Amino acid sequence: MPVKDYLRHRFLPHIWCPGCGHGIVMSGMIRAVEEIGLQKNEVVVVSGIGCSSRMAGYLDFHTMHTLHGRALAFATGVKLGRPDLTVIAPMGDGDALAIGGNHFIHAARRNIDLTAVIMNNRIYGMTGGQGSPMTPQGMRSTTSPQGIADPAFDLVELAKGAGASFVARTTTYHAQEMTRMIAKAIRHKGFSVVEVMSQCPIYYGRHNRIGDGVLMMKEFRDRTVPIGSKKKETRPDLIERGIFVDEERPPYSNERADGDETV
Amino acid sequence: MTPERPNIRFIQGNETIAEAALYAGLRFYAGYPITPSTEIAEILSRRLPEAGGTFIQMEDEIASLCTIIGASLTGLKAMTATSGPGFSLMQEAVGYAVMAEVPSVIVNVQRGGPSTGLPTAVAQGDVNQARWGTHGDHAIVTLTASNLQDVFLMTVEAFNIAETFRTPVILLFDEVVGHMREKVVIPAPGEIEIIERLHTSVPEGTNFHPYLRREDGRLPMSDFGGVHRYNVTGLVHDMWGFPSTDPSIAYDLIHHLVDKLENRADSIARYKEYFIDDAQVLLISYGSSARSALQMVVDRRKRGIKLGLLELQSLWPFPAETVRERCEGRTHVLVVEMNMGQICSEVKKVVTRPERVFLANRFDGVFISPTDILRVLHMIQGRGV
Repeated sequence: MPVKDYLRHRFLPHIWCPGCGHGIVMSGMIRAVEEIGLQKNEVVVVSGIGCSSRMAGYLDFHTMHTLHGRALAFATGVKLGRPDLTVIAPMGDGDALAIGGNHFIHAARRNIDLTAVIMNNRIYGMTGGQGSPMTPQGMRSTTSPQGIADPAFDLVELAKGAGASFVARTTTYHAQEMTRMIAKAIRHKGFSVVEVMSQCPIYYGRHNRIGDGVLMMKEFRDRTVPIGSKKKETRPDLIERGIFVDEERPPYSNERADGDETV
Repeated sequence: MTPERPNIRFIQGNETIAEAALYAGLRFYAGYPITPSTEIAEILSRRLPEAGGTFIQMEDEIASLCTIIGASLTGLKAMTATSGPGFSLMQEAVGYAVMAEVPSVIVNVQRGGPSTGLPTAVAQGDVNQARWGTHGDHAIVTLTASNLQDVFLMTVEAFNIAETFRTPVILLFDEVVGHMREKVVIPAPGEIEIIERLHTSVPEGTNFHPYLRREDGRLPMSDFGGVHRYNVTGLVHDMWGFPSTDPSIAYDLIHHLVDKLENRADSIARYKEYFIDDAQVLLISYGSSARSALQMVVDRRKRGIKLGLLELQSLWPFPAETVRERCEGRTHVLVVEMNMGQICSEVKKVVTRPERVFLANRFDGVFISPTDILRVLHMIQGRGV
């Protein structure tokens, strides 16, 4: 099925700005679902609040656009209510890691069998460009005109530390790699996290004089390397892409909560 | 056939809530420990999986309510339980359940507040929070009870109302009701009517509108995973469930959310009357306070003093017509509650002679006694209003 057949045309056009990376992520997510061969009725998309979270409405799955930061809590209820369904939570960086940070680490710890696709554009876009927990130290936003004082999270390290059983990072520039990673994350039994570095040219790009969407994607190309790349040894500032964790661990289930006697 | 022996139990209030929820068809519970409601979670962590349901302890009360809303959309009857501090955290998701019209039951076994307040002491200070805790115009259903047989009934009713009107229902109990032990006759299956969710009859391949309103206030649903795919959102939305900023859509939606409950306040109203026909002074009370109010009414009746009691079991929508009617012609109305007059002010709003309405209350964590109420009665009668 072509990508457009997974969209609710009634609800388009989307709200995203010209040059925004979120549409590329939506397309990657659709291609991943297509590649796995899931039926539309088998997929539930649960999002929170923010630019990226609007994705839920555009997708022709069972969709839920919830509260800021709470997508994973709602998604937990959906997954445990219908364990046979595939649950995907598209989230933003502020949504997932600031207001939703507690739900994020606990969903990871429990190893709830769902996939969090976190679009990291390093800024709060919907409210007009304020600093987020993923804004790199020193970078500008409307709430940090002199450069942000506090350090950012490393999402991969955070997810690993919290116990996520699948952790990956990619960017909107690496669209095919992203599709493969999201497909792998969906197939994974347990809590899977895919960080997709996504560009916000209107706020992050403009405030930090990086340029338009294309230039920001070129930055993703030039400033990231595959895990284990030799380049990283000489240039430690490069950001690694790839699958950092892929472990088989029993996901949270009703049976397990009830006491698994085989353990 | 010999009739089965009635199932008589001597149990705690919180255990009664758990039993009643199972009777009503509870299939999903998410919660976070907090005194004085914790026993509900403890009991359901054992009983619910036995009954084929799901129990999960969440990271906080915010997540607890969000999780049961998610589970409810898959077609399961879902509940959470907490006390004041946790109820405060739940307020944003209460608004979501109102806006997205998701059946859900929220138990608040009240304790003293504000803030951490008096964790193990009785209070009824969350009455207005139940009504207006979440932001924006909305309506809400809140039920309560004073004895454990009624706790059982109201808990089942809460599920029935939630499923009928696709709404969150708040069970507002208090520490005394939650922790006391009393005889409860567990009704036989079928003895109390159980209302199931109304599912759409729209066939696959035909457009299903999840938010198409009907005159009876009921909106047929389709479970996640079913043949109809639709969007659920906390934003103002059209009949498809898709966000809209159209003023006429916003107007109609807010009206619907309020009207579907407020216009049915009389049918939702639950109350009990004791000796009210010839009562000169009418007491109005609810929850555990109503036990002391009833005790005082009975004691004074023995001395020929004509008191009566209207025990409210539904607080929201406020049963205005019932209260106004019952207060007509009384020399005094005395509202008995354990807060600074949250229901008293509602009574004053709806009666024709608000100057005759008085308050007998405590809010110091000590259970209000018949003597406390009598003292106020003597005082107001001494004034000779």
